[in-house]
Amino acid sequence: MGVPGSEAAGRTRASLVQQGTRNGPAVSDRATEGLADGAAVEVSHLRKTYGSLVAVDDVSFSVAEGEIFGILGPNGAGKTTTVECAIGLRRPDAGAIRLLGLDPQAKPDEVHEVVGVQLQASALPPRLRVGEILDMYRSFYRHPADVSELMEGLGLTAKRRDYYRALSGGQRQRLSIALALVGQPKVAVLDEMTTGLDPRARRDTWDLIEGVRERGVTIVLVTHFMEEAERLCDRVALIDNGRVVAMDTPAGLADRARGGKTVRFLPSAPFDERLLTDLPEVTRVEREGQYVTVTGTGELANAVIISLHAAGIVARDLQLDSSNLEDAFVRLTGRPLDTERASGGSGTEGATS
Amino acid sequence: MTTLAQPRQLLLDPRRRAAFGSLLLNEARLTWRRPVVLVTGLAIPVGLLILFGELPSFRQTPPGLGGLTLFDVYVPVLLVFGLAMLALLGLPMPLASYRELGVLRRLSTTPVPPSWLLAAEATVQMTAAVIEVAAIIIVSIVAFGAPAPKSTGGIVVASALAIAAMVPVGLLIAALASTANAASVIGRLAFFPLMFFAGLWLPRALMPHVLHDIANYTPLGAAAQAIQDSMLTGFPPVTPLLTLAAYAVVFAVVAARLFRWE
Repeated sequence: MGVPGSEAAGRTRASLVQQGTRNGPAVSDRATEGLADGAAVEVSHLRKTYGSLVAVDDVSFSVAEGEIFGILGPNGAGKTTTVECAIGLRRPDAGAIRLLGLDPQAKPDEVHEVVGVQLQASALPPRLRVGEILDMYRSFYRHPADVSELMEGLGLTAKRRDYYRALSGGQRQRLSIALALVGQPKVAVLDEMTTGLDPRARRDTWDLIEGVRERGVTIVLVTHFMEEAERLCDRVALIDNGRVVAMDTPAGLADRARGGKTVRFLPSAPFDERLLTDLPEVTRVEREGQYVTVTGTGELANAVIISLHAAGIVARDLQLDSSNLEDAFVRLTGRPLDTERASGGSGTEGATS
Repeated sequence: MTTLAQPRQLLLDPRRRAAFGSLLLNEARLTWRRPVVLVTGLAIPVGLLILFGELPSFRQTPPGLGGLTLFDVYVPVLLVFGLAMLALLGLPMPLASYRELGVLRRLSTTPVPPSWLLAAEATVQMTAAVIEVAAIIIVSIVAFGAPAPKSTGGIVVASALAIAAMVPVGLLIAALASTANAASVIGRLAFFPLMFFAGLWLPRALMPHVLHDIANYTPLGAAAQAIQDSMLTGFPPVTPLLTLAAYAVVFAVVAARLFRWE
């Protein structure tokens, strides 16, 4: 804690605004300095090619201890390759990686002891029982978690004696998360962890992840669910064509996407526009018939309502519109992020992204 | 290829021993629950032995067999049958499926390298092979009055070399096959010619001279010869043993070069 990007700082948008563009990827200051210690995950100028295909062009980011860091991007953007390099599964062509100060290529055993990984498209033997699988993976680690507790937290207790092949997609996914956490890792890397889960199971998983973070675990989350990134992530890196397009808090990215939020209302009485334009949160005030549309940033709605209230005006028929990460992605890359879901989502990215 | 990581470390560190033990336990469970390998590698050769033992024609001593009964001739052949099935199907099928399912990939994110899973699988299959060898010999003696092997040491050495020659072939199949089904098909295709030279369809003694000479320099032909000698005359001559050892080395080098974890 106490380093840039730590949980406290990570939630303060102003401290982290990055000027990322296609030509100059947003790179954390720390990463450009080279590899500094203190961060849980340090990726610096990572590059990985498969033949002539450039999977990861130039990716840098730094994840502070205790942070939930999201990696977002469309299919083939290089997300999976980035995390596979980060955990030592693949050898980068260029760049440096440190996990808790360790080089995963040089010290794979030590890295694997403290980093739990949930890979997408990774199944298990059909005729092993849930309990047998967890007990086996538990035996791999020096300081394993309590299997019963872990199963309880993931809603797998009733499935302990079931064969893997009898599990639903959601149950398999939860077992996969359990395997990533069974070694009580300091860093958990979760690739598309809620893909294939129904909305309720997804929310349960989010609760679990927040619980894991409260125990001080740093989490790197690869996802294409906006809601997931907005709910869980302290910061998000948008990756496109093997580069970091932008990196910020989810709210910060969303604000930048359309120049902020809008508040639309019907004033109970005429008022001087300067009442609102003087507010630091407000960037623009427009009138459309009787309606007033205010564009701005930060706690815009509160500021507008309080200010109107002080002048004895009620904002009727109030509508709030805040842009989200999805808008941010479209704005920053020129295409929707959602194509991934339309093309079948997880499992297709595999080795080539 | 990742080497079988630090065997000394494996034996000395109790935690790593426990990790290997739990891999071994689950591989044994899977072998039991997916019985195709135990059926083809254990039940079929022992079943054939019992069938042949009950057939009166196998009790006769046809000309050309040097006074041996057909049953005597088939005991080593069926012994080799089981070893071949375990190595050609038992080993590569699960390994190919683990690669296909991503089990090896997931394992490579843990402190336990995927090579340990390979070692655990090989241990299970070799244990099954030892049981198969013992079962064939014991059934032939107890149920059908065959004479006890002349050289137990010869059986042990010949079986061990046969396993050592065939296990890398299994790994080679696992390297070539991208799925468990493909491994099964390749394993069966390799089984037939290899077992032909071991004398499964035509006893080696009845083969034409040229064929017989060729057979003696194939892995399973050499294995059948060495085991038959151990059973009937004594410790086998050096030629079939060296043949098996040479195959073991060559196949191991090729398998190590071609085997891939992903």
